[in-house]
Parts: sequence; structure tokens; C-alpha cells
Amino acid sequence: MCGIVGLHLRKPDLYPRLGALLAGMLCEMEDRGADSAGIAVYGDPTWSPAGRGAISLIAVGASTDEVARALAAELGVDVSVQARGTTYLVNAGVDSEELLAAARKAYPKVLVGGFGSDLAVLKGVGRPTALAEAWGLAGAQGWQGVGHTRMATESAVTAGGAHPYAVGPDQCLVHNGSFSNHATVRRELIAAGVEFDSQNDTEVAARFVAHQLAAGKEVDVALKELCTTFDGFYTLLVSHRDSFAVVRDAIACKPAVIAETDDWVAMASEFRALAHLPGIEAARIWEPEPEVIYHWTRAEVSA
Amino acid sequence: MSPHVTTYDLATTPLRAVNQALHAPDLEGEVRIEHPLGAHSVAVGVNAPVKITIAGHVGYYAAGMSQQAEIVIEGNAGTGVAENMMSGTVVVKGNASQAAGATAHGGLLVIDGDAAARCGISMKGADIVVGGSVGHSSAFMAQAGRLVVRGDAGDGLGDSIYETRIYVRGTVRSLGADCVAKEMRPEHLEELAGLLKAAGHVHDDPASYTRYGSARKLYHFAATNTY
Repeated sequence: MCGIVGLHLRKPDLYPRLGALLAGMLCEMEDRGADSAGIAVYGDPTWSPAGRGAISLIAVGASTDEVARALAAELGVDVSVQARGTTYLVNAGVDSEELLAAARKAYPKVLVGGFGSDLAVLKGVGRPTALAEAWGLAGAQGWQGVGHTRMATESAVTAGGAHPYAVGPDQCLVHNGSFSNHATVRRELIAAGVEFDSQNDTEVAARFVAHQLAAGKEVDVALKELCTTFDGFYTLLVSHRDSFAVVRDAIACKPAVIAETDDWVAMASEFRALAHLPGIEAARIWEPEPEVIYHWTRAEVSA
Repeated sequence: MSPHVTTYDLATTPLRAVNQALHAPDLEGEVRIEHPLGAHSVAVGVNAPVKITIAGHVGYYAAGMSQQAEIVIEGNAGTGVAENMMSGTVVVKGNASQAAGATAHGGLLVIDGDAAARCGISMKGADIVVGGSVGHSSAFMAQAGRLVVRGDAGDGLGDSIYETRIYVRGTVRSLGADCVAKEMRPEHLEELAGLLKAAGHVHDDPASYTRYGSARKLYHFAATNTY
């Protein structure tokens, strides 16, 4: 089954409440998937401080101090590491890709949750409510967040199999459904030089989108391309530090509800995840149509 | 509020307790359910001549398997609203998600807004009147009853249809296998006028609708049945 939630805030007054709102949404979707969960938060001042590169490392197998020392030695700058559950949130005054390269060099087998200038990705195995508590999600701030509650079907119940898949800079993808031709697409991407962390079908979609974006395509073009390339069932929420997009497959049997007000755009697998958002009574609420790409950007908001 | 209305608040009362109360053998009068907050299976399996008002949006399968009751949902409904309804009425004031009225045998389902994909899938005798548009694969394998769409219909309308009659005022993106447009004869205009009236759309001109139904070519196997 799996559950998806996402919240894109337009009103800065709400930024301090992002984590609390997202935690409520995520926990409401626990019934749709309780084996593992993950979130991405854009813009938290301690999880991904402004002006610093940030990466998320999962189950590193070393203490936060050891990781900070090892990465500082690689980079020659001070590195901050904080533990949230089994995820280490790492930031430093360098570009996130430089920080990521240092982490991969120091810990070649480490699972990378995500990387970017404003992004923190946390994921783990367990019940979403317990994970949200361990992460301290309710205290997080920012302008955008996404979450996923997993009921595994296509690969093992591991942190590596948990969503979001954040495989490109400040990008993040969560998925409800299953892809049936992911092995074929994975082979094609591997042939094109793309590397994978897991056997998970969703990772293939995330790598596909990242590959398209890296080639200079806009997110809506990349998602159209995804619709023609992938076979299977999907409702996808694809985010970037400046954008928030939703797409469903042609059959559209995986649920999705979008709600929009002047203050926020929210998406979830089911309405009940949105039922407690401020101003929901007056929100425009609709079900996204199959193979239509719904896309919002921050630039549009501030314009 | 009149004194014989029993009110339940789903913010404080467990759904199971509310549904069990709605299954009491001597149920009558009016019931109001507040704060549904998108809960699933609200007011399923009711079999009594009661009026139930649900004040808000509901999740999946609301008013499923309903008999006799008159149920009004003052909001949107999730997947499978009034699925397998047997009799009575269900009114959705907002939009309905996919599979509204699936397999419904009898009664009237009115959706004031739009219905998503698979509206009236495998319907078996109910009447469904949608104020807006319906998504793809609506009336898929529909067997009996009537489906009225005041807006447009998506792809594959009436695919593999048996004997349901479909009336659409707007455009149909595509028809499914064995579903064809048919002539509006006087009995169809009369039937449609009655359905529109029952759903509160008294000003619609039945002549502005097109009837669709089964070409009856899939009833028997033929090697040339290719779609």
C-alpha cells in the first residue's frame, strides 16, 4: 500500500510549524505502511543551515564525533554532525557534493539519505510514529517537507528500501505503487553510468528523474518522460528545493488528494492526512488526474 | 436542531461505536455525524429508513452496502462511496474519488461535483447522477441501472458494458469496447427527466444528452471480436 504526504508552504509565518504539521500528516498515514518511513525537510536552520552544504548519512557505524573528525580531515573545514535516530545530519561550509564525496571516500559503503544546500532526509525501519518521535520531527522548521510510510512489496525492509529517494542535489522522490519494468530501466541507466544503492524499484524512478534533470530538463518534462518510460502503478511526489510536483500513472489506482490554499499546497494519499491542516475547511481539494503533472514552484509563490 | 436527531462526533467517538449504533435493529429518525475528518467506512451497512447527515469529508467506502437509508455527505468522498448500495439514496455534496457506486444494486447515488475514475464500475441496478464529470473507465462492465453525467466522461466509457443505460451531456473522450451512442427515444427522454429531477437538476434539457449503451456484440464469443 504505502502512504505519501507532502506540504509546500507559501506563507513564511507557517515555516516554524512545518515539522509539526508534517508529523501529523505522516503519522495519520501509518495505517498505509508501518514497516519503515522516511521524510525530507527543506530549510530547517539546524538540520541544514543556510549557506552550508548538507548531507544525510544512514547507519554509518561510527560515532558522530568520529564522522565529524574524519570528514573534517578530508575537507580541511569544520564539519557538524548530529544524530537523529539512525540518521546523521552532516553539514559544513562547503558544497554538498564536495561533502558527499568526502563522506563516500571516508565511508565507501555508507547509505546516503540525501544531499543539497537546504535538504535533510531521514529514514529508518520501524513504525512511522516511533521514527517521527526519534527524529524530533515535530520541532523541525522549513518551507517544504515530504514523507512516506512504507509497506514493502518490491524489495527488503531496510533503511535503504525506505523512501524518500533523494539521489540528486536537493531532489527527493516518494512513491506509492510498484514499477514492473524497473529492472529494464535500471539496466539502461547503469549502462549510462548511473550507480544504484538498492534493488528498490522506486530508486530507479528517482535515478531516472535525477538523470533527466542533470541533462538540463525541467521537472515537468522529466516526469512526462517518466510516464512514457515506466510501466506500473504510481503516485509520485517529486520535490526540489524550489519545486513540488505530483504525477499519477494512466490507470490511477494509487490514491492521491491535493489541497491548496493561499498559504500552502499539500498532497497526501488520503484526505485524512490533510484533515488537520490550518485552513483546510476553505482549501480547494481535488484528486489529481492520471498522467497530468501538477507542479508548483517557490518562484511562482514569491512572485 | 430538532430533538429526535442523534448526533455523533467522530472526533471523540470511535468509528466502530458509531457504526454499531447505526446497525441497531430499531434504528429510526435522524442521525448527524460530525467531524468525519476523512475517516474510512463511515455509515457502512446501514439497513433502516433513517436520514443520516455526515458533516464533512469522508474516506473510503462511505455509505457502502446501504439499504433504505437516506445519507447525505456534506463534503467529498474517497474511493468507493456507496459501493454495493442496495436501496435508498446517497448524496455527495462535493466530489467523489474513484469507483463511486461500484457494483451498486439499487437506490440512487447523487454526486454534486465530479466523480473520478471507474464511476459505476460493474453497477448492477443502481441509478447514479453525477453533477460534474466522470473519469476514465466509468461504467466498466456495468450490468444494469442508469448512469447520468451532466459534464464530460473520460476514456473508455462503458467498456464491456452489459445493459446499463448511460446519459452524458458533455463530451466523451472515448468509448470502451462494445459501448455505442444510441438514439434518444421518448421513453429515454422521460427516464432521464425523472433521474435529473430526482437529483435536483430540474432545469436540464434531457434532449441535450446523448444516450450510450451496449452494442451487444460481446455477448457471444466470436473470433472477430477484436477491440
